[in-house]
This record gives sequence, structure tokens and C-alpha cells, in this order.
Amino acid sequence: MDIKVLNLTKQYGAQKAVDNISFDVKPGEILGFLGPNGAGKTTTMKMIAQYLDVEHGDILIGGKSVKDNNLKRQIGYLPESNPLYYEMPIMDYLEYVASLQGYPKEKIKDRVREMIKVCGLDVEKHKLISELSKGYKQRVGLAQAMIHDPEILILDEPTTGLDPNQIIEIRDLIKNLGRQKTVLFSTHILPEVEATCDRILIINKGKIVADGTASTLRQQSQGQDVYHVRIEDGNIDDIVTSIRNMASVESVNVLDAGKHKFEVVSKPNIPSNRHLFQLCVDRKWVITELIPFETKLEDIFRDLTMN
Amino acid sequence: MNKSFVIAKKEFGSFFDSLVAYILLAAFLGFSGFFTWIQGSDVFMRREADLDVFFSVARWTLFFFIPALTMKMIAEEKKTGTIEMLLTKAVTDRDVVIGKYLGCLLLVGVALLFTIPYYVSIAWLGKIDHGATITGYIGLLLMASAYIAIGLFASSITNNQIVAFLLALLIGIFFHLLFDFLAGGTSGWLSDLFQTLSLTNHYDSISRGVVDTKDLIYFGSITAIGLFLAEYFISKR
Repeated sequence: MDIKVLNLTKQYGAQKAVDNISFDVKPGEILGFLGPNGAGKTTTMKMIAQYLDVEHGDILIGGKSVKDNNLKRQIGYLPESNPLYYEMPIMDYLEYVASLQGYPKEKIKDRVREMIKVCGLDVEKHKLISELSKGYKQRVGLAQAMIHDPEILILDEPTTGLDPNQIIEIRDLIKNLGRQKTVLFSTHILPEVEATCDRILIINKGKIVADGTASTLRQQSQGQDVYHVRIEDGNIDDIVTSIRNMASVESVNVLDAGKHKFEVVSKPNIPSNRHLFQLCVDRKWVITELIPFETKLEDIFRDLTMN
Repeated sequence: MNKSFVIAKKEFGSFFDSLVAYILLAAFLGFSGFFTWIQGSDVFMRREADLDVFFSVARWTLFFFIPALTMKMIAEEKKTGTIEMLLTKAVTDRDVVIGKYLGCLLLVGVALLFTIPYYVSIAWLGKIDHGATITGYIGLLLMASAYIAIGLFASSITNNQIVAFLLALLIGIFFHLLFDFLAGGTSGWLSDLFQTLSLTNHYDSISRGVVDTKDLIYFGSITAIGLFLAEYFISKR
């Protein structure tokens, strides 16, 4: 089941929280939703989860509009602050959510047991939710979102406030689930997006500013390949001028004169790595390092969202 | 509708989880029992086989207790954000309001069930008017239904439980007392209007032993309006 967001706009007073955005999420895809605080991520997710009404534009879930169909059953939603009924025991809570979602009555007990196992809640299962640590509460939040085996998962910052081990566990969980489901999740943690998502969507001030895989985003933001090379056995000035004279090179900088390290920026869309290698072979220099230099996702994010 | 029962069951259960139910039951039975059997104007003193004392005490106890039951039902969910979790499940806003209403009404029903021994004892002690007693119970349930709806409405417009409690009492006191006073202090159509609005007036007419359609419509309308407004304020988010 896919999600199609079409020209979605949401206005709070004079302010546009979401401004005419369109995107789609394909079945089996994990889409990372990025953006600074207040960019409109949560509002968009609330609309997909059908908590907020769609006023302008439309959202299609499996081809049906959320405006005239109740499609909540298809969606598993974990709200931003992970609200739970703290006074309830975990099992009772999950059973309650399962019956709210209309899960077949006779299968509820088994399903709850299964989710408790999948989410690693086995040790804690007889506790009240209020007695759990934050990480376990988050797992209960995920368990309740997935209890009715929805085809679509909307997770609003599922890993905030967790320790690094828990983050990796939750991330793996999402990754495993994402194979069969359509997942849209938002986060502030950029390496997480790269590790988990098939595709990245960055929004800023209610508008989409980037859409693509991590590597396409890098290429878009950068447009040209950058290499860090270390060339030994040659004279620095000689090396610099020879590289500069190459057809595929735009510029070259000396990074470390002592270690003969250089930064080579290729011309747009013409990778210079082969030519560099050829040059060194011709001149009998030795390349001891050739590192394609990647822009960090953080830099792309900052470029796109600060202006 | 099916989902309403799921919600009602959970709400009913959570009254017991949070001890609210036990406190309510103990206080309700304590007060009504004390005044019915022990205190000055009890049945033995009056030497009349009826439950009049019980009904008037129950009326006031429920008047104060129902807002205490309903105050958190929506307000707290709004405050903690669980309302978002709840409303994104496969339920409608109406399911939620009706579920909460039914859960609360069920608790009041259970409280009233516990007073059946009063009825049985008095029937054993003397000749009780069965008709008036049964309609007295029906009246209490109808009254509870109206106050629960008012309480849910009050709870739906705020995320502060105390505000919800006080607001429910404030609205309640008009129906319980003030409209009756106002009807006495005015004349003509205004007096008739207040007379019609007074819940006490309708309750009294039912507890005399006659269940009139007019009274049923009255309690039904207050319940419906309260629940409708609660649903409306939940849907505004």
C-alpha cells in the first residue's frame, strides 16, 4: 500500500505550517523525513495519520483519499511524544489497542504475545507502563503502532531520548519491518537516516527542499567529485601545476605540504580520479592515498535549511 | 458502536485501576446508608416504608460525584496527548465520546445496584410503593446520564481537570437548583421556561411514579446535547 501526498497545505492562522507539498512513499520503502523543528514534519504526519483534517490538497492511501474514507485501520502511528496510558499494564494496554483497531478477537492474545516478543518486551511484560524506562516505553509505543499489522507505519521521532544502544535496536527493528511495510519516519539524527532509510525527504518552512537517496542528495548539493590524494616521490610545485593543468580538474589545494596531501576538485560531472592515476603513472609518482571525499549529510541539511 | 463498548469497558476498568471507583462506591454507599438508616430522619424515625431519604441523598451525592468522575475523562487525555493516540486508531470521535459516557454510566449503575439491599430491606419491613421506588431508580439513572454528558462536555473544552470539574458543577447547579429558584421568582412564560429547564422538576415528576415522555425527552436532550458538544470540541484540534 502506498501513500500519495498531493499539494498538501495546512494553515494555522496566517502561518503556513505545510505549504503545498507533494510526495509519495512506495510500498516496502522506508522514507526518512527530515527538517528543523517547526518545519511541518509533525503536522504532515498527523494529517497522514488522520488526526488532523486535510483542508487543502489531498492524501491518498492505497489510492483512496483520506477525506472521504476512514483509513485509520491501515495505518500504525506513533505520535511524537509517545503518549501512553501509564496506569495500565503493558499487556492490557496492547490488548485494548488491538481491539480498538478491530483485530479479530480470538487472535488478540496471540498477537499481543508476538508483538511483545518482537519488540523485546518479554522481561517487562507484567509491569505497568509507568514503571518502564524510557526505552521500554518507546518499545510499547512501537508495539501499539504495529499491533494490528498495518501496511503503513508513521513514526514521529521514534528514537528521541534513547541511548545509543537502544537507538540501534529500534533502528534495526524499523529496518526489519520496513521490508514488508511502507514506513515514513521523522528524526533529527542524520546518521540514522542514512543507516535506515531508502529515501530522504527534507522539508523546511513547510516546503520540500530535497527528495532522494543520500547519494543523490550529495551529488545534487555538490555536483562535482572531490578527492583527497597523497602523492609521494614528486616535487610539490611540480605536482600542483601538473594536476591543475589536467582537463578534468577545476582546482587543487595543498592540504599538508609535509605529507604531500592535496585536495582535488573535479569539474562538474567529470570525475578526475582515473586521470589523476594516469598522471602519476606517467610521471612515476606513487599514489598512496586516494579518498573520494563525501559531503556530510549534516552539511547538506544545513545548506538546505539555513538561509 | 462496537468500538464504543471497547472504550466503555476500558474506562470502566480504569476507574477501578485508579481507585476512583472504590472511593465513589464507599462514599456513595456510606452517605446514603447513613442518612437512610441511621441519621435523625431515617426510616425508623419516620416509620414510613419508602426510600425518599435515600433518593434525595443519592441525588446530591451523584451531583457532586459525577463531575469528579468525568473531569479527567477527556481533559487528561488532551493534556497527556493520549487523545492523539486514541483518535488515530480505527475509531471515530463519536465512538470515543459514547464509550466514555457508557463507561461512566455503568459505574453509576453499579453504585445504584449496591443499594438494592436497601430496597429489599424496606420492602421486608413494610409496605413499599414498588412503582415509585423503581421510577426513583430510573430517575436517578436519567439524572446521572444528563450530568455525565454535561461533565464530558466540560472535560472536552479544557485540558485542566479542575477547570472541568468546576465548570461541570457550575452548569450542573443551574439544572439542579437555580432554574427551580428562578422559576419561583418569575412569572408567566419565563417562569414556565425555567420550570421546564429545571432538572429537579423533571426528576421529581418521575420519582412520583410516573414516567412521562416529556421527562424522557428532557433527559434525553440534555444527554444528547452534552455528548454532541463534547464530540464537537474533540473534533476541533
